Amino acid sequence: MQPVNVFRRDPAPSRMAYRMQRLWLTPLFRVFLRHILPALIVVLVFAVYFGSAQRRAALVTQFDTLRTEIEHRPEFMVSMMSIEGASPALGDAVRAMLAIKFPQSSFDIDLEATRAKIEALDAVASADLRVVPGGVLQVTIREREAAMVWRTRDGLVLLDPTGHRVAELTDRAARAELPLIAGDGADQAVPEAQAILAAAGPLATRIRGLVRIGDRRWDVMLDRDQTILLPETDPVTAFERVIALDQSQGLLAHDIVAVDMRLPDRPVLRLSADAFAARQKAFGLKPTGAVSK
Amino acid sequence: MTDLYQSQRAMRNMRRAAMQRGVIAILDIGTFKIACLVLRFDGPGRLGEQDSVGPMAGQSSFRVIGAATTRSRGVRFGEIDAMPETERAVRTAVQAAQKMANVRVDHVIACFAGARPRSYGLVGECQVQDRVVSEQDVARALSACDVPDIGEGREVLHAHPVNFALDYRTGLGDPRGQVGARLACDMHMLSVDAAAVQTLLLCINRCDLEVAGIASSAYVGGIASLVEDEQELGAACIDMGGGSTGLSVFIKKHMIYAESVRIGGDHVTSDISKGLQVPLSTAERIKTRHGGVHATGMDDREMIEIGGDSGDWDKDRRSVSRAELIGIMRPRVEEILEEVRAQLDAAGFDSLPSQQIVLTGGGSQIPGLDGLAAKILGQRVRLGRPLRVQGLPQAATGPAFSGAVGLCLFAAHPQDEWWDFDIPADRYPARSLKRAVKWFKDNW
Repeated sequence: MQPVNVFRRDPAPSRMAYRMQRLWLTPLFRVFLRHILPALIVVLVFAVYFGSAQRRAALVTQFDTLRTEIEHRPEFMVSMMSIEGASPALGDAVRAMLAIKFPQSSFDIDLEATRAKIEALDAVASADLRVVPGGVLQVTIREREAAMVWRTRDGLVLLDPTGHRVAELTDRAARAELPLIAGDGADQAVPEAQAILAAAGPLATRIRGLVRIGDRRWDVMLDRDQTILLPETDPVTAFERVIALDQSQGLLAHDIVAVDMRLPDRPVLRLSADAFAARQKAFGLKPTGAVSK
Repeated sequence: MTDLYQSQRAMRNMRRAAMQRGVIAILDIGTFKIACLVLRFDGPGRLGEQDSVGPMAGQSSFRVIGAATTRSRGVRFGEIDAMPETERAVRTAVQAAQKMANVRVDHVIACFAGARPRSYGLVGECQVQDRVVSEQDVARALSACDVPDIGEGREVLHAHPVNFALDYRTGLGDPRGQVGARLACDMHMLSVDAAAVQTLLLCINRCDLEVAGIASSAYVGGIASLVEDEQELGAACIDMGGGSTGLSVFIKKHMIYAESVRIGGDHVTSDISKGLQVPLSTAERIKTRHGGVHATGMDDREMIEIGGDSGDWDKDRRSVSRAELIGIMRPRVEEILEEVRAQLDAAGFDSLPSQQIVLTGGGSQIPGLDGLAAKILGQRVRLGRPLRVQGLPQAATGPAFSGAVGLCLFAAHPQDEWWDFDIPADRYPARSLKRAVKWFKDNW
């Protein structure tokens, strides 16, 4: 019935198998074998591989090559620059200053730095750079609007409403429509000057310019060599008072050299030499009196 | 004696350490099978343990998480006969149980049936030192027991204090904290062959396991299969194993007598093998499938194919009636029961208030055994199955596993033994101190 030579396997585990199974059931050993040992092997492999400087360098080179290849794909190349919103002269200046060699990869163009460079130009209020599809570096520039002409010791300078320098000016007549200011530190007070000029009203046609005195207050220079000295504080109100006096009494139509408004509660008028002589004569006084200057 | 005391104490400490680790293995080394259970202890159970014997006697605190049984090899009469074979069988069982439990076990509590257990009743008494009985007094009373000559090459396996008497008041379970002058104790001591126990311990150690306790299978079989009132009122548990039949008598929840009869189921098998001229494996199969002890008229007509692989057609085609098989089995079973009867008579079982007899072990599954046993042992015979413990697989709930289950209970809630009490201070060997003093005197 049964095969004669049946090989019956011993069901008992060998001593080795028994010990291995007990070892495997040891929690610490299990954790070691399943987590710590693989981690160690990975670390070891990496350590051995990157132990050699040559292999490290090769890997870095490989990475760099790949990076360069991707950066220089035609999709990322910039081949021209278009400047919008700038006068031709300014555009040429920007091009000359940036001196970007086209074609260049868009990864190599530092837009932020380029923008800072463009905005460093006096004539540029703000610049907006972007790489638009088609490989064009588009530069949108907003130029500074000149609002004043500032006569300095070195020459004429155009200023924008905030007092920032816009450009040199060789000829005053070229920008005759802009008001003129002079004096040290006049550029720091351009808004105030504009307020004064805006308040001029009927005197506007007579104003030749504003002079900053001692970097703290304004003189309004009118034609016929008349001067209105404005106080440090609240010059516009003082100027309006002068205008009101002129409107009501024709103040400036008189032979007056200067209207001194520096002390608000005590305006002082200075007559011309002829007018003063005439006045002395009319009052029967000596031609040269002790009237203060 | 002190040596054994120390080694038993070491085992108790090992058991405590194993309980703290939470995993302990149970190893029942029998002649027919080796069973290994893995227990997991997770703190006191739901029912708690308010007193010494809790509502579940500690059973709710553990759970069986691994169980394995393997055919035993190299064991005869419950003693190790061929150590390498036994070692392999132990390894098989432990490995399978570990695999099921998925934990590694280092501590093992073992039980065995053989090694010729012999019971002694000991009496000791001492004066209570402080009027109130303390642990020290109990220890002194226990160590005052006069130990009989247990013979050359024998060791004490169990030493249970069974009864305490305090000034003419007897029957005390626990005298600690009571007031009295003279404390007397009765102790039951079980001695076994030292060589057999040592071989067993060596065998377990060779499997890389540490022994955290050792027990007699008659004792643990009784713990598992006697119900509480049987243990209280007096009962005998007859654990019919493969190689030997264990016998333990309980009263007042203590074992007072244990003995073993060195005949078991394997002898029945070998009788069948010889009588029918079949291999032992065939004889075992025939015994388990068709065995019995009561022949009826029906059994004459029930023919059993014996089979065989000798190649001789006539021999391989033999068949016997079941009555013939019963005729072979019955005398041997009767012999076992009569031996047990003789042991019980010698132990004075007749004088117990209740004489319940519980048959358990693999041999008790023979159909009709209870009827036969009632004729020989007395009317109060029942078949016992082990207690149900948590997580025990269905396959391990039969009477053959009463030893293993009893060992679980033994591990969870051991009864006090002599070595659980500290040795009294005045019994410490004074010689070592004297020698130290002498050394100082000699050298300075």
